[in-house]
This record gives sequence, C-alpha cells and structure tokens, in this order.
Amino acid sequence: MITEHLFKKYLMLCFLLASGIFCFAQVEPVTLSEQSSHCIQCHGNRYYKFHNKVTGSEVKKLMNPYYFIDSTKYVQAIHSFFSCEDCHAADYVNYPHPSELKLEPKLSCIDCHGGDETFAKYQFDQMAEEVANSVHKQAFGEQFKCEMCHDLHSYKLGARKENSKITEIVKQDNEMCLSCHNNLSKYQILTDNQKPELLKTHEWLPNQELHFLNVRCIECHTPVTDTVMVSHKILPKEKAVHLCSDCHSTNSILRDKLYKYAAIQSRNEGGYYNSVILNEAYVIGANRNKYFNIISLLILGLALGGISLHIAARIINKK
Amino acid sequence: MSKHDLYLYPVWLRIWHGVNAICIILLIVTGISMQYGNLDYPFLPFKTSVLLHNFAGVTAAIGYAVFLVYNHFSGNGKQYVPNYRGFAGRISKQGMYYLYGYFKGEPKPFPITKENKFNPLQRFSYLTTMYVFVPIIAITGVGLLYPELIFTKIFNIGGVQLTAVLHSVMGFFISLFLIVHLYVASIGKNPLRNYKSIINGYHAADDH
Repeated sequence: MITEHLFKKYLMLCFLLASGIFCFAQVEPVTLSEQSSHCIQCHGNRYYKFHNKVTGSEVKKLMNPYYFIDSTKYVQAIHSFFSCEDCHAADYVNYPHPSELKLEPKLSCIDCHGGDETFAKYQFDQMAEEVANSVHKQAFGEQFKCEMCHDLHSYKLGARKENSKITEIVKQDNEMCLSCHNNLSKYQILTDNQKPELLKTHEWLPNQELHFLNVRCIECHTPVTDTVMVSHKILPKEKAVHLCSDCHSTNSILRDKLYKYAAIQSRNEGGYYNSVILNEAYVIGANRNKYFNIISLLILGLALGGISLHIAARIINKK
Repeated sequence: MSKHDLYLYPVWLRIWHGVNAICIILLIVTGISMQYGNLDYPFLPFKTSVLLHNFAGVTAAIGYAVFLVYNHFSGNGKQYVPNYRGFAGRISKQGMYYLYGYFKGEPKPFPITKENKFNPLQRFSYLTTMYVFVPIIAITGVGLLYPELIFTKIFNIGGVQLTAVLHSVMGFFISLFLIVHLYVASIGKNPLRNYKSIINGYHAADDH
C-alpha cells in the first residue's frame, strides 16, 4: 500500500517535471495588447456575437472571411508587436463600427518603410519602383496594394530569414500568388475577367507538380535582377520564362533567384556553392561537381594516354 | 571468309549490339550536352538533348531487357560468368599479353573458342559493364524520368540529386568502357577485322 502510494507520488513528480521541461521549451509567446485582445475577441473567430440594442437580442453572425485575423499566425508574424490601433483608427473600438471608417485610407508598406534608413537593407523603395512596373500595377493602378500579396496580419520573413529552408520559402511565396490566382472571389476584387486555370495554362511545363513544389512562381514570372533581393516586377505572361535551359543549365537563372541567398552565403565562406544550390533541390545540368570533373578528366586522360602509347608501340613494332 | 571462321555472334546479338551502340553513342553525346551545356554555347539545344536522351535511354533499357532474356535462354549468358578461381591471375596474364606479348608476336594466352568467346579481361569488363553499370544507369534513368518514384531525402541529401550523380558517374564509366572497347577491338592481325565480325557474325580463323 505504501509502495503504491510512493509510486503514485513518483509518477506525479515525473509528470510535473516533464510538464515543466515542456513549458520551458516552448517559445515565449507574444502577448497581444489589451486593445488588440479586445478586437481579436470578434476578429479572431469565424463567428462573432453582439447584443442588438434595437431588438434586445443576442446575435451570432458570420465574420467576413477577409476581416478574420488568425491570432496564432498574428502572434508569429513580423508585425506582431503592433497593436491594432497603431494602424487602424481608435474608433474601431466601438461596435457597430462607425460607417465612415470604411473610407479611411489604409497604411501601405511604403508609408512606414519608404525612405527609412532603418529598413534600407530590405530595399523597399526599389521594390516599390518594381511593383510600379509590374503587370499588376500596370493593369490595376492604385487599386493594387502590397497587402494583396503580403498579408500584414500574418506576414513572416521567408527567404531573408537565416537558415530558412528552400521548400518553406517556396511554399510561403507561392501561397501569396495562389491566394488570388487560386481563389476566384479574391481574384475578382481586381478584375471581372475569368480566372485562368493555372494547371491548364502551365500544361506545357513537364513535371508540373514537382516544379510547383520546388520553385517559386516568381522564378519564371519576374526578370533576373541584381539590384533587389526578391524581384517584385511581375512580368506579363508572354515574357515569363518558357525555356527549360534557362534553369536547367550550369548558368541556371535560379542561381540569381531562389538560390541567391544560399549561394552568397557559401561564396562568402569561400566554398564551391554548387553543393549549397543543390542542398535541397536538384536542377538538371547544375549538378556539376568540380571534384568529379577533375577525377573524371584524370581517368579519361590516363585511358587516352594509355591508348595513344599502345597505338605508338604498335606502329613502331610494325616497322 | 574461311571455313575455319567461328560463328560467334548470332543475328539477335548483332541486332541488339547495333541498336545498343547507336543508343549509347546518342546517350553519351546528349548526356554531355545536358551536363556541361552552357546557355551561351549550347552544344545541342537543351530540348533536343532531353528528347533524344529520353528516347535513346528508353530504347537502350528495353534493349537491355531483351539482352538479358536472350542471354538467359540462348546460353550466351554463360560467357559472362567468370571462373573465380585464379580469375585475377588470368586477367593480369591477358593484360601482360596486351602490353608485352602482343608486340613480341607471342600466341594469345586465351585463344577464342565457341565456348570461350571472351578473354578474361573482356569477361571482367563486360560483366562489370553489363551487369553492374548498365542496370544502375537504367534504374537511375527511370528514376529521373519519373522523379516522384525517388525518395525525397536520403541522409539529408536530395534523393533526385543522388540519383542524378549516380546516373552521371555510371555514364562516365560506360563512356570510358566504350572508348577502351572500341580500341581493344582494333587489336588483332587486321585492325578492322573485329569490327567486321560484329557485322557478319564470324570471327576470323587466324585471329583465334
């Protein structure tokens, strides 16, 4: 009996210790400000409830999906330290929200990041210039905004983050394009045109699924640039890359795009960056390895040298 | 053709050998073009290389399957099976013949007979090429044609990359084999006689 009691105590102790270690191992969560928590009560859920003063009843309504904020994503996002009222009018705290707030101009990325030395390394001004020349801005003018691709409430650093995995960068970046190009209702915010079926328009692409999973849309849909880390000049479809050899060669444009970060990092370390390029993805033609090249040339040289000597000996022997 | 000439290469073998030769040459040329091609100086247009490489690869792989089946049922496969006892010694004896005895006019250490078509060095190189290099290059080739079949990661290295490296290493060894094979075929009383043999099927009597 005593043993059983001790055993239970021991188990409890282990459990407490394990939970302590587990809690300790968790990343310290970002806490929402009091004001943001107030907003997230409704905007953090698919449904919201309020008391209708006119009818005197409790009402449950569906949240507009575009006004829904995923609080888990929000606390992990790069702007998570902001409170809602930092960007939105303080009057939003009242419900029903005052109707004139709908007309309130929203902050754009450049409003905060433009011309600011603190963010110079992100090249926001050059990006804005590229966006101005992109097919989206050319077609839709001021209607097209940064946040249509970069959801400010969930945006995280992708390629610029240290040690980020190429597969994760690809997923995150492609989701931005697909958020409209795979969603008719969002696509038609800007145009009444029918949304092209991506699988059909990319039917010409061999191993379509592999390409979609391993490279970003912008690899083919933006020009190669050495001024901006991530090109924001989306090209018209006629100018997109269609030549396999643009990527599948040792001169692959991917070196200047998706693998730029890894390549620069490796070059700085003085190594042969091919191995880094191929660390997570394979590009036909780009798997030349200088050690293999040297060894194979050496073996080939020895074989040809041996054959030449044998031929010479045969000629001399015949005389 | 003398009545003492040996009929060593039946029709099926010669057809397979011819088709295989064309495919292998195409595969080497297009393979080098894809591997070492440069956008500014493309040896062959990339799309053409890929198309030819795929076509020749599939043909060679089917040919290899046919070769295996015929080899098994015709008994030709026995020519590839070495007698392991003293095999290394016999290989070095044949090697010494090519390097020394051949020039001294010594008789061949392993004369060619219907039962022993290959000398020990040939047996070793054909066995390695046809039963090691070719199966590996064929399997990795199928893997590269259908990359979804390949493991995504093997020891944290991309599976497709490993497959591609193995494929090109095997390609290099087969290219090397081809060069040596073509040269060794010219060693004999008449440098062109062995090339004729693989066309008409008869091995010259005075070259046994």
